[in-house]
Amino acid sequence: MTWDWGAVSDFMPFFWKGLVVTLEALALGSLISFALGLVWTLLLRTPTRWVRWPVGVFTEFVRDTPLLVQLFFLFYVLPEAGVTLSPLTTGVLGLGLHYSTYTMQVYRAGIEAVPAGQWEAATALSLPVRRTWAAVILPQAVRRVVPPLGNYVIAMLKDTPMLMTIGVLEMLGRARLVSQQHFQFTEPLTVIGIAFVVVSYLASLLLRTLERRLVR
Amino acid sequence: MSVETSKQPAATGTLPTELIRLEGVTKRFGDNTVLDGLDLSVDAGRHVTLIGPSGSGKTTILRLLMTLAKPDEGTITVDGQRLFPAPEKQVREVRKKIGMVFQQFNLFPNMSVLRNLTEAPVRVLGLSKDEAEARARELLDLVGLADKCDARPTRLSGGQQQRVAIARALAMRPRVLLLDEVTSALDPELVAGVLDLLRDIARSTDITMLCVTHEMGFARDISDQVLMFDAGRVIETGPPEKIFGDPEQERTREFISAVL
Amino acid sequence: MTRGLWAHVLQGIGTTLQLLVYSALLAGAVSFVVGAARTHRSRLVRFVAALYTEVFRGISALVMIFWVFFVLPVAFGWQLVPMWAGTLALGLTYGAYGAEIVRGALRAVDPAQREGGIALGFSPWQRLRLVLLPQAVPEMIPSFSNLLVELLKGTALVSITGMGDLAFSGNLVRLALQQSGQIYTYLLLIYFVIAFLLTRGMRGLERRLKAEVAR
Repeated sequence: MTWDWGAVSDFMPFFWKGLVVTLEALALGSLISFALGLVWTLLLRTPTRWVRWPVGVFTEFVRDTPLLVQLFFLFYVLPEAGVTLSPLTTGVLGLGLHYSTYTMQVYRAGIEAVPAGQWEAATALSLPVRRTWAAVILPQAVRRVVPPLGNYVIAMLKDTPMLMTIGVLEMLGRARLVSQQHFQFTEPLTVIGIAFVVVSYLASLLLRTLERRLVR
Repeated sequence: MSVETSKQPAATGTLPTELIRLEGVTKRFGDNTVLDGLDLSVDAGRHVTLIGPSGSGKTTILRLLMTLAKPDEGTITVDGQRLFPAPEKQVREVRKKIGMVFQQFNLFPNMSVLRNLTEAPVRVLGLSKDEAEARARELLDLVGLADKCDARPTRLSGGQQQRVAIARALAMRPRVLLLDEVTSALDPELVAGVLDLLRDIARSTDITMLCVTHEMGFARDISDQVLMFDAGRVIETGPPEKIFGDPEQERTREFISAVL
Repeated sequence: MTRGLWAHVLQGIGTTLQLLVYSALLAGAVSFVVGAARTHRSRLVRFVAALYTEVFRGISALVMIFWVFFVLPVAFGWQLVPMWAGTLALGLTYGAYGAEIVRGALRAVDPAQREGGIALGFSPWQRLRLVLLPQAVPEMIPSFSNLLVELLKGTALVSITGMGDLAFSGNLVRLALQQSGQIYTYLLLIYFVIAFLLTRGMRGLERRLKAEVAR
């Protein structure tokens, strides 16, 4: 096996650019998934089954089908419908939508984990519904929600390379571009492999610290 | 501190043989010293009961003998063979001579009652399936559960589970049987059945028994030696009549009047 | 869509299912070996197993696929048939996630069961095989069911290397028809049906295993 440090240093400027795009997509995708997941959660708590049922089916559909095909769908079908978005925007939307079907489950579990006695106590104190949510339920649910949300952010990080397929130049996209020009694939690909391990390991350490803080 | 459980050499002149020997055994959990340089010797065929307040180190002795925990210092010898410190292979050999019955039974829920009894004799002792099954059925008959062969342990009452657990330990034909508060997890009305069974076994076999219990009546009944533990040390030892009737130590007196 | 195009899709389904079965088998084997190794007595074994899980969970599945398809042949001279390359990349990656499932389920077995096994003289291997795994496996099934769906979704990634799986057949059809709404809707529906059947199957398996233990 041959290892060319020159190829590594040639790749590094592109790597940093790619890393920035990766993190950008990750940050925006996370925000969308957090917000959209909340929307699903609330819709699933509405009293009419005509809302709950379609939302339930749709979210399960999105969760159980490949993100890659969903990205293709958004990228090729939206323009046919007259909506043209940049690759990055499309990618961020895809990531956000896909992961919102996971964050939705996190929110639900967090809310359900608040003991029924808390609802009963709030009722016994005649707290209005909004107050019950804001002062009693959500503060208790948040502690349970943050760690699994963090895990999904890390999972999303590892799905960002898929954005390459619709033309986003994140880390893997840059690696492919550079290697196609120089016919050297080993070094760029190994560099980003290591980068993924390092970033997700650091992120999980960060998350564990956060978790410990929240438990206290 | 040294404790000998051997009786005076019997008039017939046969010397009792030592089966278990602990020398200078210390066990700590963090800053807490559970056993403090304990010496202990138990002769073959003896029935020894360990009593004392909880946390005094009684159960730890059983767990060390079963190799569920390791001492921090000292040596343990069983039947002339080192159990600690010893290489893993020897530990496994020596361990075959020791059986244990747990407070919570620890039956395997994924196996039928019969398989709970046959699995170890087949896999560990190398008995044939038929031999092991014959032995198991005999033992289940002895503990009065012959009709439960094919049942799952979880379907049995606590008392029945504990009797199966006793049979399971006996199926390995151990030389030493360790009994760790075997009735504490049982409903009061089920205790007597289990204790009666153990009494029968004590009378009819030559198995050496080490027993941790809070049932003082049972301890008095079954044992020929009682060890009173306090804070990781044996503070008094003697035959049950003496310990329960006329203890020397004030601490023993207090403990016994508190539990009786 | 013409019959010829549907033939491509059908072929793609076949490839996807084949890849799913192979990589699920490899991932399952890796899960049990590495997961059990994480409960091993030896610190070294535990460390190596933990390192494996951290690294293979850390690397993105797609990066792993690129690595196996494009770096292994160049750097080590190992040119694998695409099916085996895909199996290797997916099996090793998803096996690292499965190892966490196995480890968690093994640790959730009552420690008293391990002690019961020691008291009967079982070796560590016998304890694992006869006592711990039979109790832990039924508890793993729901998590493995989720992982299997994740793996199914993961198989689509091999299409990027040009392997003719279900996702790849979508690209062919799109290029042929110059129109994509229909084919991608079909693809998503097909994946959804497969995922649905998988989760149903796993639920049945779980019920059977639990009934077995609790009989």
